[in-house]
Amino acid sequence: MTRLLAVFFWVLAITTAIAFIVHPIWLPELVSAEGVEVDSQLIFTLEIAGVAFVAAHLLLGAFLWRFGRRRPGPALYWHEDSRFEITWTIVTAIVFVGLGLQGSRIWAREYLTDAPANALTIEVMGQQFAWNFRYPGPDGKFGRTRPDKVSDADGNYIGLDDSDPAGNDDIMTQNIIAVPVNRPVKLIVRSRDVLHSFFVPVLRFKQDAVPGMGIPVHFTATKIGEYEVACAELCGMQHYKMRARFLVMSDADFNAWLKARSAQ
Amino acid sequence: MQHTAVHAAPRSFIRRYIFSTDHKVIGIQYILLGLFSAILGTTLSMMMRMRLAWPNLATPFLAHLFPTGFPGGVMSPEFYLSLLTLHGTIMVFFLLTTVPLSGFGNYILPIQLGARDMAFPVLNMLSFWATFAGLMVLLSTLFIQGGPPISGWTAYPPLSALGQIAGPGEGKGQTIWIISIAIFCLASLLTALNFITTTLNMRTRGMSLMRMPLTVWAWFTAATVALLAFPVLLGGAILLLLDRLAGTSFFLAAGMVVSGKLVPNSGGSPILWQHLFWFFGHPEVYIIILPGMGITSHIISTFSRKPIFAYRAMVIATFSIGFIGFIVWGHHMFASGMSPLAGMVFSVLTLTVGVPSAIKVFNWLATLWGGQIRCTASMMYALGFVSFFVSGGVTGLLLAQPAIDVYFHDTYFVVAHFHMIMGLAAVFGIFAALQFWFPKMFGRYMSEGLGKLHFWITIIGVYSIFIPMHFLGMAGAPRRYAQFTEFTYLAKLQPLAVHISWAAFITGAAQLILLFNIFWSMRFGKKAPANPWQATTLEWVIPSPPPHDNFGDVDPVVYRGPYEFSVPGAPEDFTLQTEPTTGGAD
Repeated sequence: MTRLLAVFFWVLAITTAIAFIVHPIWLPELVSAEGVEVDSQLIFTLEIAGVAFVAAHLLLGAFLWRFGRRRPGPALYWHEDSRFEITWTIVTAIVFVGLGLQGSRIWAREYLTDAPANALTIEVMGQQFAWNFRYPGPDGKFGRTRPDKVSDADGNYIGLDDSDPAGNDDIMTQNIIAVPVNRPVKLIVRSRDVLHSFFVPVLRFKQDAVPGMGIPVHFTATKIGEYEVACAELCGMQHYKMRARFLVMSDADFNAWLKARSAQ
Repeated sequence: MQHTAVHAAPRSFIRRYIFSTDHKVIGIQYILLGLFSAILGTTLSMMMRMRLAWPNLATPFLAHLFPTGFPGGVMSPEFYLSLLTLHGTIMVFFLLTTVPLSGFGNYILPIQLGARDMAFPVLNMLSFWATFAGLMVLLSTLFIQGGPPISGWTAYPPLSALGQIAGPGEGKGQTIWIISIAIFCLASLLTALNFITTTLNMRTRGMSLMRMPLTVWAWFTAATVALLAFPVLLGGAILLLLDRLAGTSFFLAAGMVVSGKLVPNSGGSPILWQHLFWFFGHPEVYIIILPGMGITSHIISTFSRKPIFAYRAMVIATFSIGFIGFIVWGHHMFASGMSPLAGMVFSVLTLTVGVPSAIKVFNWLATLWGGQIRCTASMMYALGFVSFFVSGGVTGLLLAQPAIDVYFHDTYFVVAHFHMIMGLAAVFGIFAALQFWFPKMFGRYMSEGLGKLHFWITIIGVYSIFIPMHFLGMAGAPRRYAQFTEFTYLAKLQPLAVHISWAAFITGAAQLILLFNIFWSMRFGKKAPANPWQATTLEWVIPSPPPHDNFGDVDPVVYRGPYEFSVPGAPEDFTLQTEPTTGGAD
C-alpha cells in the first residue's frame, strides 16, 4: 500500500503540473498597461509554487517508495542535522521574502503613486445592486453630493446637489462605463450603502467600495473592446448579478459617447 | 505540582456521560458535537454545489422542508447565501476549532502529560456545554422568520449591521448569529485557559517542556493563540451587536442610503470590523491547523519507527507560526481600502510565516527518510495532511503578494486555497487522530480496511474538487455568487462548476464509510491492547480505554523524550517515555 501511495503522489504531481501547463482555462485577456507586470509576477510566482508542489510530492513519493518495504535492520536513529536545517531555512527564507519584496515593488509602483496628471477622473458609486459612474464634464470638476438628495425614483442615484453649479455638467451613467484607450484613468471608488468591490478581470485588479470613503485607484486600458465589471464583495441578495459593461474606446468614439450622454 | 486526591468515577448516568467533568468524556462529547457539525456542514455544501451546478433545478423535497427558501421549488439566491453563511460558520467554529483542539486535546493532552484530569474540570464541562449552546443558538436561525443571515461567516458590516433592511436573514437571523459566536468565544476562552494551565502545572515528574510530545506543544500553542485571539472577536461581536440594537455607529459611516432610506448613523468605519475580525480570524486558522500539525508529527514519527526529525526546530516552528500568525491579518484586506503601505508590510510578514511552515514539511520528509514505514490508515491520513498542507500552502505565495492578490481576492482561487490548507488538511488531521486514538478511547480498533478505502476515495475526490477550482479562480470567478449565468465570462465556466459538483457529491457520499466505520467499530471492532501501535508516549502506558483517573494512585515518571523509536541496543523498536534510562527493571 505504501508504494501505491507513492505512485499516487507522483501521478498527482505530474497531472496537476500538466493541467497548469496546458491550462484549458486561464487568466482572461489582459487589457491594462499596469497588468503586464502583475501577470509576469503572477506567472513567475506560480512557477515557483509549481516547482515546490511538484518537488514536495515527488520526494514524498520517493521516500515512501524506498522506505515503505520492510527490510532487515532497524530504522535510522536520527534526531537532527543542523547542516540540513540551516540550509533549508535560509533557502526558503530567501525565496519567500525575495518574492515578497519583488511583488511589493510592483504594488508600490501602482498603489503608492498618484495617477498621472493627464488622467481622466471617473467616480464609481456602488449601490445594491448597480454600479453608478460619474464623469466631471467639461469643467473638470465634480459637483457636490448629499445623501439626502439621493432619489432612485428621479434617477439621482448618487445624490447630486443641484445647488452646486459645478455639478451641472456632470455626466452620470448606470451599469456602463467607457474609457478612452491608452489614456490613464483615475477612479474614485465609493459606495452609498454596503461594501461592494469594483472588479474588472481584464484589468487585473479589484477595489472595495466602502461607505464613507473615496478610494483612488488608477489604470490605463490598452485595447478597444467591451468587457465586464463584476462585484466581488458580498453585498446582498443580488450580488451575483451586480454587473456593468466596461467599454474601451478610441478617443474620438469616447468623446462622441460622452457627448451623447451629456445631451441626455 | 499535581493534586493527589483521587476521585471515584461518578455512578449516575447523567454525571458520568452528560454533565461529566472527566476530560475523556468531555473530549468525546466535543468529537461527537463535531461529527454532528460535520454532517450538517457537509450537507449544506452539497446543497450549495447543487445550486451552483444547476441553478434552475426544482427540488420538491427540499422545497417542502424550506418553503420560503425555495419559491417555486427552486432554491433562491438568498437561501444560497444563508447556506454559505451556515456552512462557513459551522465548519470553522464547530468542527475545525472544536474537534482538533477541544476534542482530541481534551482527551489526550492530560494523559500525555501524566495528569489525572484537566486543571479545571468543572470549567471544562462548562466550556463544552457553552459550545453546545452556541451551536444550538446558531441552528435556531434555520427555524425563524427570515432564516439564517446572508452575510457569510465573516459578517462584514454594513451588510451585517443594518438589520432587516439589508435582506432576509439580516434581521433576527444575524443577531442570533452574533450571539452564537459570542457564546462560542467565551467557551473557547475557558478551554484555552484550561489547556494552558494544565500544560504548565500538571505535568508529571520528569515531563520537562522539551520532553512533551509535539501534539502537546501544538495544543498548548493553539490554546495560547486562542486566549489572545478570541477576546478580540468577542469585543467585535459586542460592538456589532450594539450597532444593530443600540443605535451605535462603530462600523457604520455617515450618509449611507440603504434601500432608498437615509440611515441616521455617522462616524464609524466598516473597515474597523475587518481589522478586528481578521486580528482574530487569521490566528484562528492557526488554532485550526496547529493541532493537525502536531498529530501529523506524532503519527509520522510513530509509523516511520523513527524519532521525529528536529524536535527542537519543530517546537520553535510551532511557536513562530503562532506568533507571526498575529501580525499578518492585513493580508485579508489588500483590496479593502487599507493603506497600501500597510499592505506591503503585511505581505512580507505573511511570506515570513511561510518559512516555519515549510520547515515543518522538510522535517516530516526527513522523518520518513531511513524509516521502517508502516502504512496504517492513520499514517495514510497523516501523509494526506502533508500533501494538502503543501498543495494549499504553495498558493499562499501568490495570495500573499498584494499586486497579485487584488486579482485573486474573493475569487474561487482563494476558496480552493483555504479549503485545502485549513479545511481538508485539518480534516485529514482529524481522520488521522481518530484512527490513531480510537483504540485508546474505545478499546477497539477502527477497521483498517474501511479506513483505507475511505482515505482513497476522499483524497482523490478532494483533489478532483479543488485542483480544478483553482482554474475558476484563474478565470476570475468571484466566490459567493449564487449562479454564474449573469456574466458572459462566467457562463463559459459552467461545465467546470458541474464537474466540481459531481466530484463533491461522490466525496461527500464516501463520508458514509467513515461514519459506518466509527459506529461499527465502537461495537464490533477488533479488541485493542494498551499499546496497539507500539508507540512511546504516556497514553500508551495505561489500559484502553483508560480508567476514570487515568494513572490511578501512582503518577508516571518520565525519563526520556517523546519519540524514542529504534534506539540502538533497545530490545524493541520503541522505548516508552516511562522506561528508566538506566535500563533497570523492577
